Amino acid sequence: MRARDMKTQAPKIAPQYTLYHPRWYRERVSTYWWLQQKGYLKFVLREISSVFVAVFVVVTLFQLNALRQGPDAYEHFQHWLRTPVALSINIISLCFVVFHTITWFNVAPQAIPPIKLRGRKLPAALIATSNFAAWLVVSGVIAWLVLR
Amino acid sequence: MDKIVLEIERYSPEKDRKPHIETYEVPVRKEWVVLDALNYIKDKLDGSLSYRWSCRMGICGSCGMMVNGEPKLTCATFLTDYARGGSRVRIQPLRYFPVIRDLVTEISDFMMKLKKVKPWLIRENGAQPEREFLQTPEQLDDYKQFSMCINCTLCYAACPVVGLDKDFVGPAAIALAQRYNKDSRDQGSARRGAILEHPEGIWGCTFVGECTRVCPKHVDPAGAVQQYKLEASVNWLKSFVLPWGQKHESKGHEDTGT
Repeated sequence: MRARDMKTQAPKIAPQYTLYHPRWYRERVSTYWWLQQKGYLKFVLREISSVFVAVFVVVTLFQLNALRQGPDAYEHFQHWLRTPVALSINIISLCFVVFHTITWFNVAPQAIPPIKLRGRKLPAALIATSNFAAWLVVSGVIAWLVLR
Repeated sequence: MDKIVLEIERYSPEKDRKPHIETYEVPVRKEWVVLDALNYIKDKLDGSLSYRWSCRMGICGSCGMMVNGEPKLTCATFLTDYARGGSRVRIQPLRYFPVIRDLVTEISDFMMKLKKVKPWLIRENGAQPEREFLQTPEQLDDYKQFSMCINCTLCYAACPVVGLDKDFVGPAAIALAQRYNKDSRDQGSARRGAILEHPEGIWGCTFVGECTRVCPKHVDPAGAVQQYKLEASVNWLKSFVLPWGQKHESKGHEDTGT
């Protein structure tokens, strides 16, 4: 009698609930999930940064094309590079490309299989540091070639 | 004695349509973890509070909850870290899992996914060995880190892909698959690959990296998945370039489990 009472009463409290099938609560994931946590936002920015890597590549391709077309075209392109629009595109792109590089170098030790030297795993910090060191050296060489 | 307010998400399937927050004031003792505070509430303040726990020492993996929005083992999270200047701590059930009651989540979906990746030693012919397989310390080292997983599902609560794609196998299951793939005694990597080299397997992972950050046993599931991706790509390339070479040895007996 009591069990029957419970069965008939339960729907009044919560219609979907039945005695043998408890209602689970499932929360919907918000569309703005990537704004709710620092780690998520960093991840999304890292992914978006690849768009700006592409922007840099496109700008460089246009520059090479201008170089191919002769001194006048190159002069024209360089003039465009000095405009506020080009400058802001390049500054924003540079920030994202630097962010892209730093974040990917930091996760590089996880993304490659463990490197073993004399039976010991190379420490993660060393792998990341050597990436940063290589970046610095290459940047230094390019800076020297351009500025000398 | 210092006090701290615990804001606990409560949900009763009999009464509630959705969870609500109830607050409890508990004393802060130096040696208390969040789980001790929950036990205090259950003993002294409100016996109807439901949550899972067992070992109190970070081995059983039962007491995972969201503590101030972070997936944590409550047996390893000290209350004093949150008790500064009359602060409040919010305790919620692990994110992305259905909630059965209060802080108790439904994990059978995870258990099914875990079984799917065949987390056990697979041998080619399925015969029982006559003696134990020998393994050097270096060979043990190849997979030891991944074997530390306690199935606490904190990594699932940290992974946005788990929340967005219900078919994604998830960090712990893939890390445990890798634990057996990397074991020198195992011969089942091709069979696991057939399950995991899919958009719902390793390719579902976008390398957010939160799983590794929250893992209480330092398993590094994100690393396991990325290394798996690299191996899968190399194997695919090999089968493409060297079609006569070693292909996926997908035949053999279903020797164990299933």
